[in-house]
Amino acid sequence: MSEVVKLRKGLNIKLKGSAEKVLEKLPTPATVALKPTDFQGLTPKLSVKADAEVKAGDALFYDKYHPEIVFTAPVGGKVVSINRGERRKILEVVIETSEKAGSVEFKKADPSTLSSEEVKEQILKSGLWSFIKKRPYGIIALPDEQPKAIYISTFDTAPLAPDFNFIVDGNMDTFQTGVNALAKLTEGKVILGVNADSTFTGVKNVEINTFEGPHPAGNVGIQIANTKPLNKGEVVWTINFQDVLFIGRLFKTGKVDFTKIFALTGSEVAAPKYYQTVLGAPVASLTEGKLIDAGYKQRIISGNVLTGTKVKKQCYIGFYDSQVTVIPEGDEYELFGWADPGFGKFSATKTFFGKLFPKKEYTLNANLHGGERAFVLSGQYEKLVPMDIMPVYLLKAILVNDIDKMEQLGIYEVVEEDLALCEYACTSKIEVQKILREGINTMIKELG
Amino acid sequence: MKFIKNFFERTEPLVQKGAKYSWLGSVHEGFFTFLFVSKDTSKSGTHIHDFIDLKRTMSIVVLALVPALLFGMYNVGFQHYKAIGELASTGFFGIFLYGLLKVIPVIAVSYIVGLGIEFVFAQLRGHGIHEGFLVSGILIPMIMPIETPLWMVALATAFAVILGKEVFGGTGMNIWNPALVARAFLFFAYPAQMSGESVWVALSSTDKVIDGFSGATPMANAAAGHLNYSVADAFFGFIPGSIGETSAFAILIGALILIVTGIGSWKIMVSTLAGGAVMGLILNAASGSEALSAANQVYFSMPFWHHLILGGFMFGAIFMATDPVSASQTEKGKYIYGFLIGILAILIRVINPAFPEGMMLAILLMNTFAPLIDHYVVAGNIKKRMKRAKISA
Repeated sequence: MSEVVKLRKGLNIKLKGSAEKVLEKLPTPATVALKPTDFQGLTPKLSVKADAEVKAGDALFYDKYHPEIVFTAPVGGKVVSINRGERRKILEVVIETSEKAGSVEFKKADPSTLSSEEVKEQILKSGLWSFIKKRPYGIIALPDEQPKAIYISTFDTAPLAPDFNFIVDGNMDTFQTGVNALAKLTEGKVILGVNADSTFTGVKNVEINTFEGPHPAGNVGIQIANTKPLNKGEVVWTINFQDVLFIGRLFKTGKVDFTKIFALTGSEVAAPKYYQTVLGAPVASLTEGKLIDAGYKQRIISGNVLTGTKVKKQCYIGFYDSQVTVIPEGDEYELFGWADPGFGKFSATKTFFGKLFPKKEYTLNANLHGGERAFVLSGQYEKLVPMDIMPVYLLKAILVNDIDKMEQLGIYEVVEEDLALCEYACTSKIEVQKILREGINTMIKELG
Repeated sequence: MKFIKNFFERTEPLVQKGAKYSWLGSVHEGFFTFLFVSKDTSKSGTHIHDFIDLKRTMSIVVLALVPALLFGMYNVGFQHYKAIGELASTGFFGIFLYGLLKVIPVIAVSYIVGLGIEFVFAQLRGHGIHEGFLVSGILIPMIMPIETPLWMVALATAFAVILGKEVFGGTGMNIWNPALVARAFLFFAYPAQMSGESVWVALSSTDKVIDGFSGATPMANAAAGHLNYSVADAFFGFIPGSIGETSAFAILIGALILIVTGIGSWKIMVSTLAGGAVMGLILNAASGSEALSAANQVYFSMPFWHHLILGGFMFGAIFMATDPVSASQTEKGKYIYGFLIGILAILIRVINPAFPEGMMLAILLMNTFAPLIDHYVVAGNIKKRMKRAKISA
């Protein structure tokens, strides 16, 4: 049964530098890396030592508490370094890629002909399990849990987000194979969220819900909340659209193929477009020589401007990200900035004259535009979260560490990205996503 | 402006914790961020942030208050010259100038005392100076009768900032609207000086008033059973009253600014006015009752909407009830909160002989109950979630 849901709450932030629909294929980068820090709450244990030769699909590290969940090399080669941070925390496992290394052989079969145990085993062994996340909490799914359903959003409404219709072009059968494999993992359904101009409406073996409205309509959490909201004790799984393609290719070819398309976007990119490279590629392989020559600092973000991670050029792109955004850092003083009439300023509020020009695309920088304060204004967050949830009260429950209240106010239904707009718009500059993650971590610790 | 920026940047290390002038830290930060929006960039979470901050929010409220304040100044002069019978012979600017000179000292005292205390608290607590008092500092003078002695303004401001706000933790933490705390403090501490007929019109001891002059507000007259004001005067504000509260027209201009920018909650404004109107209608319906005194029968029968333009009702509804910190914070709660303020304000105003004005008390009372209203609204959300869980289980 499919539903059409119109969402009114939310906000589209129009930024300069959306990717032109042109795909450039990049050569395999010299190094790739997996970063255990990309996985919330993971305690990694290494399976390889430095200097080991690995094939694509060989395990690099695994989850200490669920050893069956392994994280595999996206490309074959030699493990050149294992970078550690404070208290020997593993930050990066870097592989020097090599053409000759080859890849691990897995079963090549149509997943609909396999049993769900066989499908699960193949996905676990190939390292693709790490792409499946669970709600509540937004962490990697546990193989022994029974999800009520598996949700996939086929469009992204975040600022400058890549267009999945463009990325999937020519790969729809791979996507279908991936979906068929996922369907084996749940007794419920695989549920797709699509938008009005979607090319995903022909996918079979799924339930399709259509969503209209501004960001965060493309967030899978918002889609769940507006169709079958998650209750205490229930578990659903979610997976990003491009990661379904990895699963599809695994079953079609019997090999892991982590080829991935990234959108390079943002006002600081000379010619924003799409690039095909591989999971774990270095940031520099995308951005080197592609940014405008500016006299000021630029901020490179793995992901979008709302939920992404600030990275340096020598870092690697995040595991779950499918875009890299570059914006000005904006670490400059602004004379009487708070009193500016604001003709060129974008705001969620109506206190700037920029609001009179709704079609303009803006260059926004990373400046906070004000100091952090206590909660003063009310009603601001509610306008941006199309869910039946009270964000401020949930955050306050987290701040006072009241587990009962967190549960009652719906912490199981949200992850950071769902409340990211609140953090953007907050007059008091409160670190919404950080607080929410602390709350979720408390829940995991207390309730498991 | 570069040298100012350089000056602040150069002196920044000197006011850090442990440095020589660390006791100036908050003041330094306060002035620096007043002149220049800080260069701080996002460290966690979203990389972009809205241009709005608390300084801009508060400035917009102050901007919305300006029409009422300017008119208030004019009205101070207007009432003065009317009382001494020289209205016809004094020009517009003369009238305004008189009011300006009377009002400026009150504003100055309020800001100097209030900000002084804020600076000290910010430094003691080791945080920056918060902007809440920008609005309170202008609201306090606007709800004072013009003849309030300056020392009382200073005392009330100090009381409001310390016991009305800082003891709770500062901006964003207070339970009651600080400006109303100041007003209530004076009302109860110095009742003789804060009510009656002599405080509403600025007159020096040498001024000779015309025959038949009474400084009473139309509301006080109405309570005594005399409805002797013109509706136009009451709407545009040519009546005695606290400095900023008399002109419903000027206040509505401010309301427009608050609603268009979204800074003030239209839900609270509308529901407060609705509550007042409903209570006015109830009084109208009861006005024929034999049990009422003659004066009360007249007051009860006053057209219900006149309540909205007399006294501090409009000012309270637009600028006081909407204070986001002390008001109800849930969207549904705002309707209940505002409506009850309207009901209570008129109820206290008309029925209780001890208090000629009910708005201040109604808002303070509902400030107290706002968390309770919110509690039940939040409980409603929780209940819905729990019910949903049971159905699916």
